[in-house]
Amino acid sequence: MESSFSSPRNDTFPAGLRVLVVDDDPTWLKILEKMLKKCSYEVTTCGLARDALHLLRQKKDGYDIVISDVNMPDMDGFRLLEHVGLEMDLPVIMMSVDGETSRVMKGVQHGACDYLLKPIRMKELRNIWQHVFRKKIHEIRDIESHESFEGIQFIRSGSDQYDEGYFLSADDLTSSRKRKDVDNKYDDKDFADLSSTKKARVVWSVDLHQKFVKAVHQIGFDKVGPKKILDLMNVPWLTRENVASHLQKYRLYLSRLQKENELKSSCGGMKHSDYSSKDAHGSFGLQNSISIQQSDVAHGSFKVSGNSLVSQRVGTKSHESDIEGIVSEPVAEPKKGSNGNIPDSQKTRSPQMDFNNSYAETKKGLIGNVPDSQKIRTPQVRPSHSLASVESEVNFTEFESAIPTKYSRNEIQLNKKQKPLIPLNSGFNKPPLPGPHSHFQVDRVQSIPSSSSRPSIAEEDVTGPAKSKPSYSEYINIQGSHVSPTISTADSFPDQIKSCVVNHQVSEAVSTSTANMEYQGFNLNCITDLESAQRNLIVESASPFGFLDDGFQICWYQGDCYGMNLGLQNIEFPEYNDPALVSEVPAHLYDALRFDYPYEPSEYSVIGQGLFIS
Amino acid sequence: MERNQLRRQVRLMRQSLFDQGFLDEQFVQLEELQDDANPNFVEEVATLYYRDSSRSLQILEQALQRNPRDFNKLDNYMQQFKGSSSSIGAKKVKADCQQFREYCNAGNAEGWQGKLGQSRHHVDPSNQESHQQPESSLD
Repeated sequence: MESSFSSPRNDTFPAGLRVLVVDDDPTWLKILEKMLKKCSYEVTTCGLARDALHLLRQKKDGYDIVISDVNMPDMDGFRLLEHVGLEMDLPVIMMSVDGETSRVMKGVQHGACDYLLKPIRMKELRNIWQHVFRKKIHEIRDIESHESFEGIQFIRSGSDQYDEGYFLSADDLTSSRKRKDVDNKYDDKDFADLSSTKKARVVWSVDLHQKFVKAVHQIGFDKVGPKKILDLMNVPWLTRENVASHLQKYRLYLSRLQKENELKSSCGGMKHSDYSSKDAHGSFGLQNSISIQQSDVAHGSFKVSGNSLVSQRVGTKSHESDIEGIVSEPVAEPKKGSNGNIPDSQKTRSPQMDFNNSYAETKKGLIGNVPDSQKIRTPQVRPSHSLASVESEVNFTEFESAIPTKYSRNEIQLNKKQKPLIPLNSGFNKPPLPGPHSHFQVDRVQSIPSSSSRPSIAEEDVTGPAKSKPSYSEYINIQGSHVSPTISTADSFPDQIKSCVVNHQVSEAVSTSTANMEYQGFNLNCITDLESAQRNLIVESASPFGFLDDGFQICWYQGDCYGMNLGLQNIEFPEYNDPALVSEVPAHLYDALRFDYPYEPSEYSVIGQGLFIS
Repeated sequence: MERNQLRRQVRLMRQSLFDQGFLDEQFVQLEELQDDANPNFVEEVATLYYRDSSRSLQILEQALQRNPRDFNKLDNYMQQFKGSSSSIGAKKVKADCQQFREYCNAGNAEGWQGKLGQSRHHVDPSNQESHQQPESSLD
């Protein structure tokens, strides 16, 4: 499988389109390869999703479009779809012999630009170039709309010409498979201009994504907006539209993770049920409902971007103590104050704690999740911004570190704590980031007078959450990757999930100290509402505390972040009665959010690896 | 002369496969894909299919024998088998797969076994391979 070079392609578009086909069925691979070659495309075939991702990552600009089967043994086609969309932003076409509406809808939801039914006909493949073209057009428009672009001038002129040329030939194009006509119509020059704009196409690299996540965290999940993110990211060539679409994807991703997490947790025997009972609100699983959490949460901002943490909180309504709100926030946009999740007013405690709003109110388990089941929901989800309460923060930091979010995780060096904890950072962190952040987090923790080590953890968490970057990718990594114990400074990973992980780790560490007991107490209280999903996230950490969500545990222990993401929901932060902690924490988190800590490039790479389901 | 006769036979056999519903339009698509660059395309695909399908059937049989039966897994296997059968245009096999899945959903294991046997028959290489070889040897 070799990737093609871009130059010849441009002249004779759509001939030479570089297609990557992923299917576990060898018969179909052969047939599709032949069909696509007949369309004059350059074909690369792949029998495994992992191989495909590897290929795609190796050459970021090596392919124009990906065609993938839905049912594959090593990875779900939808998952691959998400990865590609987030990391490479390529159009992806799904195929399946199953044409049920629900499946097709799922495909579209995950971002597929088309869904083909097997058996696939030649004529269907002939038109796939339209998806590539469409994306290009949109990119051009994005670029053009961005006044500050300097280099846009040439693009603009080029695209204008191109557009005209295109419209002229549109009829030809659409009327039949006469691509020749198209080629004739196309002015080489025009097309070349168009393709030159390709350079401006946004490829969301690990670094870029981390910046994005950071920005999200910094702004606060509930206040996040493409413009704000864009400003914060300070990437000159990036457009608002780029950010907006990426934000949407991220949210979906997080919510998806959360859902999966929930499922996982249930499988894993997480005590979701416990939580759920409490949670009256049920809004919990909202993938997009993270916002819900936010509203309640005092600190609200936390809300992890929609997807993930839906933990919305479960039950918080029912009792104040439910921290639940916590975690459910899909790590998705940690921007929010980390704890967005705590929809219930309870949140009180930690403004940041999005996690688990519920916990805020209820002093219950600190780490939110452990309401009865001891799940620590830990607000992993909450990217920690706002660990409103120390607890929440704690969770965050913990999470943060744990969360393998690509970017931030590494940062969160809950080194101290992390060690004992499962390497949440799933992979990212490989080496605990000793960065300044970590220290700072740790330090903070220590400074917290509260007995429970938890608070300290919170601090760590706090920092972590700040880091919580929308590491959806991290999340991914987490799942499979190794949860590195060294949760690098919990830079508020936006990924709630991560935080969850982190929390666990941290919490674990903490538990050793003393906080355990305390946390447990908290958790119990807070967690009452913890939604099962949340549980997942936090569970792990709760071990000492007891409230770790099963799901969460899964994340950590198994280094499977996946669970974490979902589990965020239940991050319940036990309420810390220590005001000092609380106040401290917020500052903490914000500092962390400020990306004080430098990201080590190595970490990123780690994360990258981790993220990508290696 | 003999060549013509063989050709005629192949044509008839092919037609009967279509008439009996063993093959559908997808097979025609495959034939159309065959060209100078890949003169034995159809044969190659058919070979791949047979190899893959015999493996699938084996897996299915094993899964059926397991107790208690995991219908979810069976469903997945069958889905996969259905997918690959659709690639070659194996109409009857595909229909069988669909039936299987329905049995699966209903938890009807006996129906499964019956269908499995039937599918095996439908996939019988003699149905199609013989069709392929004469063609390639003639060309």
